[in-house]
Amino acid sequence: MRDKFWILGGLLLFVGVATLPTWRDWETHANTRPPALVLPAHAKQCVAPLDFMRGSHMQLLLDWRQSAVRENNPTYVAYDGKTYPKSLTKTCLSCHDKREFCDRCHDYVGARTPYCWNCHVDPALGKGAAR
Amino acid sequence: MKITRKEFLKLSGAGLVLVFGGRELAALDRAAGATFPGGAKPRPRKQWAMIVDTAKCAKEPGCTRCIEACDAAHNIPAIPDKAHEIQWIWNEPADVVFDESDVQYLDAARRDEQIPVLCNHCDQPPCVRVCPTGATWKREEDGIVMMDWHRCIGCRYCMAACPYGARSFNWVDPRAYLANPNPDFPTRTLGVVEKCTFCSERVVAGKLPACVEACPEKALLFGDVNDPHSEVREVLSESYVLRRKPELGTGPNIYYRI
Ligand code: HEC
Ligand code: HEC
Ligand code: HEC
Repeated sequence: MRDKFWILGGLLLFVGVATLPTWRDWETHANTRPPALVLPAHAKQCVAPLDFMRGSHMQLLLDWRQSAVRENNPTYVAYDGKTYPKSLTKTCLSCHDKREFCDRCHDYVGARTPYCWNCHVDPALGKGAAR
Repeated sequence: MKITRKEFLKLSGAGLVLVFGGRELAALDRAAGATFPGGAKPRPRKQWAMIVDTAKCAKEPGCTRCIEACDAAHNIPAIPDKAHEIQWIWNEPADVVFDESDVQYLDAARRDEQIPVLCNHCDQPPCVRVCPTGATWKREEDGIVMMDWHRCIGCRYCMAACPYGARSFNWVDPRAYLANPNPDFPTRTLGVVEKCTFCSERVVAGKLPACVEACPEKALLFGDVNDPHSEVREVLSESYVLRRKPELGTGPNIYYRI
């Protein structure tokens, strides 16, 4: 066992490097728990069931975009029969707050802020350049 | 089985005709459809068009209400630098709008008369032919030359192709020039082309285009030229009208009543 030093030292180094993110979070007091999302007060239901929205809202938005802009079909009929305009600003943001809802979850999961907001307006920002 | 030389040639000839003949026929068919005017290509079921009544428009010299209404509805930035300007509907003097031969003996004052111009929503839009991404196309259902900003890559071929200069490119970030963006219509970004969409978002909701609604003299008339009973056709049946550069064969759908 002449290599004990190298083997144990190497193992220790490996464990240290592999768990680095944990140490960093510990050091910076980062919160690794999911953000408590602010849900709309005036509504109980999203435009589709919760599971679907969680997993596929990006696909839903792309479908909306395709059919509203290219197929001239601007109204979405939800699973419960309600109708909504196919619009980020007029629909999603009428219930959800962009910064408190969309952005917080995207930050948490490490998704880039969708580039949609380069053009689609967040009314909460009101005056000045809406980013 | 044995094949003679003659049979072999016959068979391969028939094969060639079968393979390439269909393709050539299809190409011929397309070429016939593309001829204009009066070509075989069916017009869209509906064709939105506009008549600008130049006499009514001239009753309000200096009026820019149609332009302001459009700018507000579509978040069009007020960029002072002329080279970077974004325009969907704007004014030009009569001698720029029409052919020199149409206006050559007009009084100087009449030649300078401001006349609104916008995208002509052509029957044969050259911008559509050159767009490599399908970001602009002619709608089958109502003839609007539509824009899909999600697909525009900013190559500006369409701007080179448009004989009316109806398209603008975002050379600078438009949001820097919009004090208070209207949340009902998205802005655009640096690097995309834009133009009038005949207010497709209002038309689909059964409303008139913003410019038509805003005109105090009712000088702008919007309707379906393919419908023989429409108001547009009624006016066209009894007035002399000009269109811009009809000789190019683009089939513009903005008519100027003289
Ligand atoms: C009528 C109001 C309303 C509209 C409009 C609306 N939402 Fe929701 N959304 C809700 C509610 C309420 C919930 C929580 C549902 C639940 O807990 O069952 C929710 C949940 C969600 C969730 C899941 C959040 C989580 O906890 O995981 C996502 C993602 C979401 N919405 C995205 C969108 C998007 C994208 C749009 C626009 C296409 C949109 N919502 C439009 C009300 C709305
Ligand atoms: C519960 C978490 C959660 C919430 C809340 C949420 N998103 Fe997402 N979003 C995601 C995840 C995860 C992705 C996928 C990222 C990826 O695939 O890289 C995503 C992706 C997207 C994309 C595609 C981005 C891209 O670049 O392709 C869009 C658009 C989007 N979300 C819009 C919204 C909008 C608008 C809201 C608020 C109404 C919202 N999201 C709220 C989790 C969420
Ligand atoms: C370059 C600017 C730009 C970007 C980036 C952009 N959009 Fe749009 N979008 C527009 C414009 C402009 C319209 C309006 C078209 C019309 O009504 O004629 C529009 C329309 C839409 C519509 C139809 C309803 C409406 O809001 O008017 C949907 C849905 C949509 N976009 C979704 C998206 C999504 C999702 C993204 C991001 C993945 C996105 N857009 C990114 C410019 C943009």
